[in-house]
This record gives sequence, structure tokens and C-alpha cells, in this order.
Amino acid sequence: MLKSKRVDISVRRVGHKIIEAIWRLGYASRFFALILLKSGPSFLRLHLTIREIYFSGVLSLIIILVSGLFVGMVLGLQGYETLQKYGSEEAVGTLVALSLVRELGPVVAALLFASRAGSAITAEIGLMKATEQLAAMEMMAVDPIARVVAPRFWAGVFSMPLLAAMFSAMGVFGGYLVAVVLIGVDEGSFWSQMQNSVDVQKDIVNGIIKSFVFGIAVTAIALFEGYDAAPTAEGVSGATTRTVVTASLAILGLDFVLTAFMFSGVG
Amino acid sequence: MERTTLDLWVGLFVVAGIAALLVLAMKVGNLSTYNAGQTYTLTGHFENIGGLKTRAPVKSAGVLVGRVTAVNLDPKTFEAAVTMSVDSRYQFPKDTFASILTAGLLGEQYIGLSAGGDEVALKNGDKIMKTNSAVVLENLISQFLFSKAEEGGKK
Repeated sequence: MLKSKRVDISVRRVGHKIIEAIWRLGYASRFFALILLKSGPSFLRLHLTIREIYFSGVLSLIIILVSGLFVGMVLGLQGYETLQKYGSEEAVGTLVALSLVRELGPVVAALLFASRAGSAITAEIGLMKATEQLAAMEMMAVDPIARVVAPRFWAGVFSMPLLAAMFSAMGVFGGYLVAVVLIGVDEGSFWSQMQNSVDVQKDIVNGIIKSFVFGIAVTAIALFEGYDAAPTAEGVSGATTRTVVTASLAILGLDFVLTAFMFSGVG
Repeated sequence: MERTTLDLWVGLFVVAGIAALLVLAMKVGNLSTYNAGQTYTLTGHFENIGGLKTRAPVKSAGVLVGRVTAVNLDPKTFEAAVTMSVDSRYQFPKDTFASILTAGLLGEQYIGLSAGGDEVALKNGDKIMKTNSAVVLENLISQFLFSKAEEGGKK
């Protein structure tokens, strides 16, 4: 009798969790639709969006550029180590460029963006909610989604592809530094092999599409977590953690789906 | 609304991002080497194209003169029909020989054109009559093995 009751309670708890998750997903979807609907002001009053581009894009530059450089340098070093066994160390340029432009550029830049800018967005909006600034805006008939949320969304969506492109360019430069300047791979074949195998449409444009999608995902998750955060110190810190975790998982999952779509065709 | 230093930073950010995209397209990608100039189309039927792919280079005397645009199977002859676009600056005689070659031992495959002596030049849409198929390593090995076995039988 007692046992069946305990089972009953745990089943109920699981069901409650599932319903709660679906409820939250629906709320998030409605939030996302509202952002898109109310994004008029973020283009009409462009200075709002530009301010946010500064905070999420420009201030992320240092970490993006430095990491890009180091990732490229490591790729150059590791690629050279393996390729020289097969006597084709000139292909290190191809290796560095393709892995950066197709995968590492968009993905690593988005991961860094999620932890650098996404967490800041969540904390900011969560704190705005906790200190009742959003409620105060509503009292003054200012829509917080149009005034606060939408500009941050478009700023993130706009910055992400630019950051990913800079990451890739910096990484190629890092690979060049290690392979050509440091190790002494022939410069001409480094660049020409790279140019022969990197296709503008297939590789570079697809990489940009990827980073665009990641930008949408990361900023939407960060904004929703902030907006949905419990208005306490604990709630904001939990929301910030969830932003980084969910956004990173979303990036990697989406990357798999997009890669399957983009590169599975018969070349 | 007046200009702020923030606008300057955002402007710089956008310029740097676009510059990075241009660098990727020009220096890393093949936008600069891929000239969309005047080209004309040639086709050729091959018995076996090996690993030839679209966008593979078409070379003559080692100089890049065009690219493969399509690879199809001819449903009647069961031969591979390869379409290539060749730069209009280069005209080739009617009896040009097209063969599928490999760059290096394990490199990518490309089409090599060696000019003949005919005075009439190939025109847009023409078919190259003389073709030479790709060398398939497995066939070579099996030929070698068969000839070895024959030698062994004679002894």
C-alpha cells in the first residue's frame, strides 16, 4: 500500500517535470515570436541596436581574435606533425582553412560568444527583472520586449557572423604564422593549395549561414533565460548558468544538423 | 541624435568583420582565381573517369585553362559525359586529345588537353573525339598480376 503510493508520487513528479518543460518551451516560442513581431523599433531607433552591438559584438572582439589566433596556430602545428609523415606538409594550409571555415570558426566563435555575451545578456535582463525595471517600463507604457529585448536580439544576430568571420581569418593567419614563418612550409603552395580546395560558395557561405543560425539560437536563449529568471539573486545566477549550458548544447546540436544538410551531398 | 564614440567602435567592428569576410573570400577561397570571364563549353566521352569531380581543373601543358562543370553518364553508350568550360582566350584544334590525369601519386584528378595539328578549332558545344580514360590503380595491379601469372605458367 505504502509502496504503491511512493511509486504514484514519483510518476507524478516525472509527469510534472515533462509538462513543465513543454510549458516552458511553448512560452519560449511565444517569446521568440514576440521578439520578431516587436522588432520594428530596433531598426527605427537604430542607436538602441548599435549600443547593443557595441556591448555584445565589439567587447567580444578581444577574446574572439586571440582565441582564433591560438586555435589556428595549434591547427597548424598539429596538422604539420601529421601531414609531414605523408610528405604533404603543404596541405597544412588546406587543413587549417577548411577546418576553420567549415566548423571551428562558426562553432568556437559561437561558444565563446555564448559565454562572453550571452551570459551578460541573461544577467542584465534577469537583474532588470529582479529590480522591477521591466515592470516599471510597462507602467510607463513602454514595451520592454520592443525597447530592451529586441535590440539585443538583432545585435547578437548581426554580430555573430562578423565575429565568426574574424575568428576564421585570424585562425588562418595563426596557421600561416606557425606553418610558414615558424616551420618553413613553402608559402606559395600553402596559399595555392588552400585556394584550390576552399570553395567560396560551398565552404565560406555555408560557414556564414551556420554562424547566423548560431547567433539566432544563442541570443534567443540568453534573452529568454534572462526574461524568465526568478527575480532573486539565486534565480539570476541559475539563469546565467542555464544560458551557457543550453546555448552550448544548442550550438553543437544545430551544428550537427546543419553540417548534415550542407556537406552530405555528393560533391 | 548626435554621434558618439560608441558609433565609431561599432563602425570599426563592422568594417573589420567585412574585411575578414573579404579576406576569407579572396585569400582563402578561390574567388580571385575563379574568373567569370568569357568561356566556351566542350564535352568529352570517357570510358572511365576514375575520381574526376565537378570543378576539377582542365589543364593544357600544365596551365589551368578551364574547369569541369558537369559529369553525367550517357544512358546509351554507358560512357561518362564530361562537360567543361574553357577560357575563350584559348582555342584548341579539332583533334585535341583529352585525357584524365592525376596530380602526383595520390592527388586529385584533372583533365589534360594536348593540342593536335588540325587547323579547325573546337567551337562552343563541340565534342572532343579523342579521349583517354583515367588510370585505375586496381586494373593496373590486376594486369600486372595476370602477366606475372602467365610468365609463371610458361616456365
